[in-house]
Order: sequence, then structure tokens, then C-alpha cells
Amino acid sequence: MKPTISGSRGIIKWGLALTALGLAAMVIVYVLALVYTPFEVRQGAAQKIFYVHVPAAWSAMMAFTIVGLVSILYLWLRDERLDAFAASSAEVGLVFSVIMLTTGPIWGKPIWGTWWTWDARLTLTLILFLLFLGYMTLRSAIHDPAERARFSAVVGIMGMVLVPFIHLSVYLFRTLHPKPIVLKASAPSLPPVMLRTLLLGFLAASVLYLGFVVLRYGLARHAVAERDEEN
Amino acid sequence: MPRADAPLLEAHGLERRFGNTRAVRGVDVTVGSGDLVAVFGPNGAGKTTLLRMLGGLVRPTSGQVVVKGRDLKSTDPEVRRPIGLLSHQSFLYDDLTASENLAFAARIYGLAEPPAAALEALADVGLEHKAHEPVRSLSRGMVQRVALARALMAHPEILLLDEPFTGLDAPAARHIQDVLARRRSEGHGAVVVSHQFAEVWDIASHMVVMIEGAVVMRESPPPSLGAFLPEYESWLRE
Amino acid sequence: MSSWLRVAAAVAGKDIVIEVRTKTAILSAVVFAALVLIVFNFARDASLVSTTELAPSVLWITFAFAGMITLNRGFNLEKENAALEGLLLAPVPRSAIYVGKLISNLAFVGMVEAVALPLFVLFFNVPVWGVLPGLLGLMVLATIGFVAVGTVFSAMTVRTRFSELMLPMLLLPFMVPPLIGAVQTTTRLLAGRPLSEMIGWLRILALYDVVFITLCVLIFPAVVDE
Repeated sequence: MKPTISGSRGIIKWGLALTALGLAAMVIVYVLALVYTPFEVRQGAAQKIFYVHVPAAWSAMMAFTIVGLVSILYLWLRDERLDAFAASSAEVGLVFSVIMLTTGPIWGKPIWGTWWTWDARLTLTLILFLLFLGYMTLRSAIHDPAERARFSAVVGIMGMVLVPFIHLSVYLFRTLHPKPIVLKASAPSLPPVMLRTLLLGFLAASVLYLGFVVLRYGLARHAVAERDEEN
Repeated sequence: MPRADAPLLEAHGLERRFGNTRAVRGVDVTVGSGDLVAVFGPNGAGKTTLLRMLGGLVRPTSGQVVVKGRDLKSTDPEVRRPIGLLSHQSFLYDDLTASENLAFAARIYGLAEPPAAALEALADVGLEHKAHEPVRSLSRGMVQRVALARALMAHPEILLLDEPFTGLDAPAARHIQDVLARRRSEGHGAVVVSHQFAEVWDIASHMVVMIEGAVVMRESPPPSLGAFLPEYESWLRE
Repeated sequence: MSSWLRVAAAVAGKDIVIEVRTKTAILSAVVFAALVLIVFNFARDASLVSTTELAPSVLWITFAFAGMITLNRGFNLEKENAALEGLLLAPVPRSAIYVGKLISNLAFVGMVEAVALPLFVLFFNVPVWGVLPGLLGLMVLATIGFVAVGTVFSAMTVRTRFSELMLPMLLLPFMVPPLIGAVQTTTRLLAGRPLSEMIGWLRILALYDVVFITLCVLIFPAVVDE
């Protein structure tokens, strides 16, 4: 289906609305995290990043899962809109993972004393970043749109299947090499206020992710619609 | 002997888009037993893309190709068996000898006794004395003959040829004409894309002209060359 | 079924004949592997880091990068004279073409590993004799994984510019599970640890191989069919 200028404008409006909602929710989470949640006994202030970082890591992973699922649909239906959506999701995922890989160490250095730690979350985000980067770089190296969509879909599907193996490997590594865990990813029994903030963080990150993707998708369709009108 | 059976190959409404350009627009082609369809047109008219769609190398954006009653899109690889393609590229491996190349093709097509079949195919094109030379060391004309041998080895019922006469000297061109004429009398089909009218005119049963992806002229049997050329020129000028 | 095997064997055989004749990939990969091992040898300070701690990582990094060099050549071969199209026109299933390529790629990467391993033993003075069968089995298990994925990716990247850069870029994340598993298992093998300590990693490696070979066979047609 060919994109129209008015149709894509509608998509962009939805994207902006969702993004604004997501950003507002994020601000609320920040405030809750910094002011209203109690300090965790062992980790102190450093632990507070957990309310934003854990959901953001989850969003980056969802972003790639969506790239993979939409890629399967593309190979089946060959609808260019699916390819545009997958690419938008990958771009947003790339940005999310870059932000996490930079803010994580910057926050952590004064508190942990080290820039990097091979904990599960950072390692997974790094691998996702490399997958997103590979996906986007491949796209930029191919000119024919059908071939670009096809090859991207292949990488998307393979990457989606890879992610559980990264989880498995990191999990097995950590059980065999127990280290003092710098940031606990989750505790078996979180007090209610922490749990609520964390859940709100998940919601905020998901809405923000969705907002960005819809916005990016709308912009892509708009660009194609404009170019079609010129021809 | 030509039979009035169902067509060997039928294509309806073939379309192929590359990005925003439509390289092939709404083209129908039918190849019956003993037919030779000649396709003419300027560069960029979509002739090669059409041929590749008929061969199953390129998936049509819309439309259908039916080979001996079966959709070319079928997942069963055997649907491709009746088709042979002779293109600008030889499909040969430069570091293998001529006979090794043909023996490999024979294995791929499941022919009996690949090495013997390879030598026989080379003999048919008069190149048995070059059987053990690497393709890299063969002249361009010889490479084309080996490529032709490769295409004919599997006895394709439908042969698709992309500008087979380009760069050939008179004897080589006549050889291809003989092959095509013999195939017609045996009831096989062919589609020939060509710029060279003279070589194709006497052997074609159908004539098609493509301009910018669409079929603009279609006649069977083809008119006389003298009547055709002025009309063709006028199409080109538009 | 027999025709499927015949086609895969023909494709693999043809690749091997050509490589034996031209020796393009193997030579460069072997030279590369030797250089890597030499550099590692001089770069480390034996008093700070013991050989046994470093050796497994060095071995597998060497295998991984030399393997990537070899993989590039696989579909480059099919680009000349559009030979791959000749295969795609034939009445053969795409999966047979893929498996044929996979077998020949495994043969070449295996050859490089077979040369690199003795060099490794020589330079690093690591006692592998006692655990050689286990080590060889591990090499097969881990190599199959990344060569399967690399074969699919190299079919794509040969059509792009900078293909020598695109292949490693796409492939590296996929090498992480096999490499982690391989290094962890090699470390334990060389230290004479019991099988129970390695079984977890071996399971992941085996699962990775099964899952990705299946996925690659299913997804290969999407790469080669336009």
C-alpha cells in the first residue's frame, strides 16, 4: 500500500502523543525513584538507576524481538510497511541501547569505582547494541529496497533467536563465577513502593519506546509519500 | 512433431518494481510447443527482467508464471526442470575445466554418468578438444559455446536466451540458429531477447516489442522485416 | 532424498576442488592464524598472566578470526559469472545448496584449525595430548555453530560493498555463545576438570548448533531468491 501524506501525518501525530505520554511517565518515575522510594540498604543511591535502567534494557530487548517478529511477517507477506516498521524499531532500539551503555557507566563509575562490569544487563545491552548496529549498517549498504528489506529481515530473525542464547550463556557464566553483584537486577521480595515504581518504569519505557517507533515509522512513510508526489 | 497441447509456458500480468520504478508492467507471454518468441526493445525496456522472471530467478511483484501447468512459485524444485536459461553470464567456474563444469551441472540436474554426459555435450558444440582446459583460458566465443552446452545438456523444453547473438561471428551465430530451428521442429519452446533482427527473424514464430516495461507490439507470425522496421523506429522515437 | 544429498555433495565437492586448486582462502587464513599466535606470544608477560589462563582465549580468538577470513570466500566464488544463478535455475532445493556450502566451509575452517592447533601447542607449550579427543570434539561442536550462521551471512554480504567488513560486523554477536562455551570448556579440559563441570556449556553449544542449523536451512531461500 502506498503511503499518503495525510495518512502519514496521522501516524506522526499518534507517535508524538505517545512519546509525550511516555516522557511524562518517565519524569514521574524519576521523581518517584529519587524522592519517594527508600534507599536500598547495601547499594545506596546507586541502586536508584535500577528503576529506569531495568525497564530501558527490557525495552531494547523488546525492540529487537519486535524487529524479529515483524521480519518473519515481512518474509511471509512481503509488505513494505512491515519492513519500514522493523527498521523504525531497530533505530529506536539502537538509540535506547546507546543511551543505556553511556549513562550506565557514567552513573556507576563514581559509585562502583569501575566504568564497566560484565553483569547480565550491561552485557546483554552491549550485544543488542551490536546487533542493532549491524542491522542498520547492512541496510545502509544495500540500495535495492526489496533486497534491503529481505536481508534485514534475515538478520532480524537470526538476531531474535540469538538473544535467548546470550541470556543462557551469561546466566551459566554467572552461576559458575559468582561475583559481588553490583546492581541486583531484581530481588525476590521487593517492598511495595519499590515494586510499584519499577512497574511504572516498565510502563513508561514501553510507552516511550512505542511512541518513538510510531513517530519514526510515520516520518519514514511521510518521506516516501513526499518523494512519490514529486515523481 | 509440434503438438497442439497446452502451452509450455504462460505468464499473466507480470509486474516487477525496483523501488519506485516499474521495470515490467502488465506483460503477458505464452510459449506453446514449437514456438519461438522473439522479444525486441531498446535498452532498459525490461526485456532481461522479463526473461529472468520467466526463468524463476526474479520474483514478480505481481502476476504469475505457469510452466507446464504448474505455478513457478511452487516450493517443489522440479517445477523448474523444463526451463533453461542462457544469459550474458556463463554460470561457469573459471578454475574448473570445461568438462568439470559440465559434469557438475550434470550432477546438479541428476543426469546419468555426469563425466560422459559432459564430454558428449562438449562434442555437440565442437569443443571436445578443450574439455580439460580451465574455463579461464578459453576465448569468449568458446566460453559462450560451453555455456550453451550447459544450457542444452538437461534437454530443457523451454529455453530462454538473453541476447545470444551478441559478439558472435557468423558461423557461431548460424550454429545457434540451427539449434533453435531444430528445437522448434522437436516441439520445444524458446524465448529470445535480441537486438539483432536479422538472425532471429527467420526462426521466430512470434514477435513482441517492449518499450519501458510494457508490450507495445505483438504479432504472430512476425511481419516482414521491411514492414516491421519503420514501425519499430517510430515507437523508439516516442 | 538421495537427489538432495547428491546436490549437496556436488556443491561441496566442487568447492573443495576449486579451493585445492587455487588455495586462496586457506593460505591467507593460515598465515593470519600464525601471525595472531606469534603476536599474542610476544605481547603477554608470562610473569603477570599465566599461559594456562590466557591460552584458551587466544586459541579461540585465532580460530574465530581465521574462520571469518575463510568464510568470505565461500560465496565470492559464486559471484564470478553469476554461477549461483546457474544453481538457482536448476531443479534443486535451496536447502541442498546451503548444506553443500556449509560442508565446504566447515572443511576449510576445519583445515585452518587443524594447522593452527599444532602451532598453538608449539608456541604456548600447552599440554593438549591427554585431552586431544575431547578438544577435537569441542572444536567440531563450536565451529559448526558459527560457520552455519556465517554461511548465511556471507551469502548476503558478498552482494554489499565492504563485504570483508560487513561479515565480521554481522557475525560477531553470533559468535559470542559458541566462543564463551568453547573457551570455558577448553579451560576446564586443560585443567583436567571432570566432565560434570563442562556439561552445561556443552549443552548450550549443542543446542545452539541444532537451533541455528535448522534456522539457517529454513531462512537461506530468503537470502538467495530475489
